[in-house]
Amino acid sequence: MQWETVIGLEVHVQLATKSKIFSGASTAFGATANTQACAIDLALPGTLPVVNAEAIRMATSFGLAINAEIGKKSVFERKNYFYPDLPKGYQVTQLAEPIVGAGHIDIHLNGETKRLRIHHAHLEEDAGKSLHEDFHGMTGIDLNRAGTPLIEIVSEPDMRSAEEAVAYLKKIHSIITYLGISDGDMSQGSMRCDANVSVRPKGQAELGTRTELKNINSFRFVEKAIHTEVERQIDILEDGGKIVQETRLYDAEKNETRSMRSKEVANDYRYFPEPDLLPVILDEAFIDQVRKQLPELPEAKCQRFIEQYQLSDYDANILTANRALADYFENVSTHCKDAKLAANWVMGELSAALNKNDTAIEHSPVSDRQLGELILRIKDNTISGKIAKQVFDALWQGQGEVDQIIKEQGLEQVSDSGAIEAMVDKVIASNPQQVENYRNAPAEKRGKMLGFFVGQIMKISQGKANPQQVNELLLKKL
Amino acid sequence: MTISRHDVEQIAHLARLAINEETLNETTRSLGDVLNLVNQLQNADTDGVEPMAHPMDAVQRLREDVVTEHNQQEQLLKNAPLTEQGLFLVPRVVD
Amino acid sequence: MHRLTLAQLAEGLRQRQFSSEELTKHYLDRIKKLDQHYNSYITVTEESALQQARQADKRLAEGGAPLLCGIPIAHKDIFCTEGVRTSCGSRMLDNFISPYNATVVENLINDGAVMLGKTNMDEFAMGSSNETSYYGPVKNPWDTNCVPGGSSGGSAAAVAAMLAVATTATDTGGSIRQPAALCGVSGLKPTYGRVSRWGMIAFASSLDQAGPIARSAEDLAIMLNSMASFDPKDSTSIDRAVPDYHTHLSTSVKGLRIGVPEEYFGEGLNPATATVIQQALKELESMGASLVNIRLPHTPLAVPAYYVIAPAECSANLSRFDGVRYGHRCDNPTDLEDLYKRSRGEGFGDEVKRRILVGTYALSAGYYDAYYRKAQQVRRLIKQDFMEAFESVDVIMGPTSPSPAFAFGAKGDDPVAMYLEDIFTIATNLAGLPGLSIPAGLVDNKPVGLQMIGNYFDEALLLNAAHQFQLQTDWHQRHPSSLEEEA
Repeated sequence: MQWETVIGLEVHVQLATKSKIFSGASTAFGATANTQACAIDLALPGTLPVVNAEAIRMATSFGLAINAEIGKKSVFERKNYFYPDLPKGYQVTQLAEPIVGAGHIDIHLNGETKRLRIHHAHLEEDAGKSLHEDFHGMTGIDLNRAGTPLIEIVSEPDMRSAEEAVAYLKKIHSIITYLGISDGDMSQGSMRCDANVSVRPKGQAELGTRTELKNINSFRFVEKAIHTEVERQIDILEDGGKIVQETRLYDAEKNETRSMRSKEVANDYRYFPEPDLLPVILDEAFIDQVRKQLPELPEAKCQRFIEQYQLSDYDANILTANRALADYFENVSTHCKDAKLAANWVMGELSAALNKNDTAIEHSPVSDRQLGELILRIKDNTISGKIAKQVFDALWQGQGEVDQIIKEQGLEQVSDSGAIEAMVDKVIASNPQQVENYRNAPAEKRGKMLGFFVGQIMKISQGKANPQQVNELLLKKL
Repeated sequence: MTISRHDVEQIAHLARLAINEETLNETTRSLGDVLNLVNQLQNADTDGVEPMAHPMDAVQRLREDVVTEHNQQEQLLKNAPLTEQGLFLVPRVVD
Repeated sequence: MHRLTLAQLAEGLRQRQFSSEELTKHYLDRIKKLDQHYNSYITVTEESALQQARQADKRLAEGGAPLLCGIPIAHKDIFCTEGVRTSCGSRMLDNFISPYNATVVENLINDGAVMLGKTNMDEFAMGSSNETSYYGPVKNPWDTNCVPGGSSGGSAAAVAAMLAVATTATDTGGSIRQPAALCGVSGLKPTYGRVSRWGMIAFASSLDQAGPIARSAEDLAIMLNSMASFDPKDSTSIDRAVPDYHTHLSTSVKGLRIGVPEEYFGEGLNPATATVIQQALKELESMGASLVNIRLPHTPLAVPAYYVIAPAECSANLSRFDGVRYGHRCDNPTDLEDLYKRSRGEGFGDEVKRRILVGTYALSAGYYDAYYRKAQQVRRLIKQDFMEAFESVDVIMGPTSPSPAFAFGAKGDDPVAMYLEDIFTIATNLAGLPGLSIPAGLVDNKPVGLQMIGNYFDEALLLNAAHQFQLQTDWHQRHPSSLEEEA
């Protein structure tokens, strides 16, 4: 039987506010346990929440970026359940009246564009963390993260493959980082993903029973976890079994999903409007102001790159997937006034180095200005493209500025015709057999044979001889 | 709407309240009385009436995004029954 | 000294007739000597009180001190007080030392008031008789076999027994007005949002409101001037200037239109209480006010609506008491569920548990619309009743509670009978309106309270009407006979 996969994603994004959604404690990551949890975050008796304006603005900007209706009136509710990382015994979230209504995003996959609908996005508070290291057989609770603002973005079940799910997630990532509302760092939990996965016979309208895959914390794992779960479901169905609606955890090491011990026998969250907070009312003027402040978004930037820099669709897509990368490219390009070379270097040497060292573009040891200068030195023939890679490595290792490295390491291209002529003479003199072969060879084979002499000269010059001049002189002398 | 012993056990679980066997009947009876009282609501004609969560039609004020609270760990953990290394301790949580 | 009102004490302090330290010592001595009969205090903070009094004396000597400077008051034990146990009348918080002050507490500290201690109360403010306190019931100074009312029974009894000149209190369904009525003192529940809820341990967030209990309307005005403020830390606090309530007291009630709701004089009202209230209304009429018969047709639904909304909110508000970060924790929990269930089961008393269960039930899947949503709709109807009434009257008056103080145990195992005790006070909480109770007479030598309900932010008008009534009558100056003899 032909099976069709149906995927919906719930993505939690931590907003990059300075303070928490309902308190004035810091949201900075990595502090000592419970040093960034104030009386409100610890749910001390008598404490009350007040909404952070910046969280509202950030959520609104996300809504506008996905072409959603912004909730002019949004209402916080209490979602009641007991868990040690949830100090109040309820999570303040939104349900019936979220701040962001229905919207959509477009993904590009295999040369095709597909529109994916977003059901809504709502604001809520994050929980604390349970630390399972052994405290005499007990669990430790750190509430630093409690109260960090989140938007939960709930998609429609519009995705039909793991690849689409990843593309969707990457698009969300690129939107939130473009907007500057989150660092989107999945490894630190700034962006977390739950996937609802089901399969059905192709052509069937009714959805199959779904399972929920919890907390998948990298793009790669999202794809693998969904693949694994889809296979598991198909195996069960083909063996005549039934899928149990449940929450499953993806084990990356074993590459399998397993059932989580059912969290609560029957989840009954008893939502009701949070009486300590009043409805958040947004007027047109506020929404317009946020709209005006929206940065250029990935789609628009990609189109502009294609037109302004004559980049291919492919290159433009890669360069605009990440705002920091796009900004970096544009800065390099502006500096060296050669978009093509800039694109090649950013997607080539730079990206390779970043990948290899697992470094984010924001932390690149080679700055956009330095890379721009490096390209300028190629363009003005100070160094060859090959030597440039050597300079790039030196920049990466922090050995100084471009011109300084070229100078100190004596990498400048030798363009002095006298010096080059001497080298040419020396090579011709010391390789009589090759010279004779060359001279006897037919013209169409000579081009290739010339390479040997060029190589020898480059060896002597340590790559610094101007290749054009070397070629010219060799042709003349041979 | 009447409430059974079983209902009481279920909501006591949701509310994480230990209720001992001996008082369960009494609790069920008194909850039944209270529910009888509140069931008078069912006679009210509320068609088209907007539910009212707050006495005033006030609007949420927003707080400027500024860090105003700094480390108060020592002071705030003083009331905690069991802590270690600045963490609250609870019986082992199994996910 | 303890017979003087707050206004008189403030004058005495200014005239150097006595110092705050002397005054404070006097009150502390009285508490030591007499509170064993009333149990109105949970905690007495003798040392810090004397320290505050000495500071107040310095401030008074410098001149220009606020009216409350050096005045010995007490806080209901629902308000967080830094460094002092804040128990909320519960075993759950028996060991809880608040690390911060409630805004109300802070405001009174800023004005130089001296805190004598924390007053007894129904557990988590849930009760109308003070019988649910973990620290034992408060006894009514007028008759120690009778309840003082609740939940602010300690605050009302302390004022009635002259163990504090004024106290803070809270009112979710009548918890200031009903004990004030039963103890023969004056109490005011302001408009919802007038006094900050920051640091006031929540029972039902959309209903809770703090206010003062004192010997007279004038004293209430002085207290409210300090307690009321806009507080950015409370989202439901209203950003509106606080008028000087004291300056509005002297206006005549001539022309004041008093609405008398038919529903507040029907079935359930003790006939003798009704007579007292009718007489009080006649007194006001003789002073130039006019009485207007009005209808508040949804009154019978107020108690049912309240007993959905308040338990629903409390069921969530009390979830934070889980034995993890503060409060009671059971011994040797076997697992997380055991920790929760036993800590909460042991830490909370029966009435608190009952309300948590009712609220949990009302919010649970399948019942939300029938209970919670319906109650919120009825809540709007109740507010609309009031808004229509205030189109033709300035203030609404009637009894505060259906009958005078009842004996301990009289409504012991019948929660519904206890809930009906608040039948006349609950509607104002649902609507968020200000309400006040002042002594208006005696039935069987037990006080009866006259309730005044005003439109939003009309506290000044209520205090004015109450003050004018107190200029013409002396019910507020009556004391329990046992205390008359003691004097």
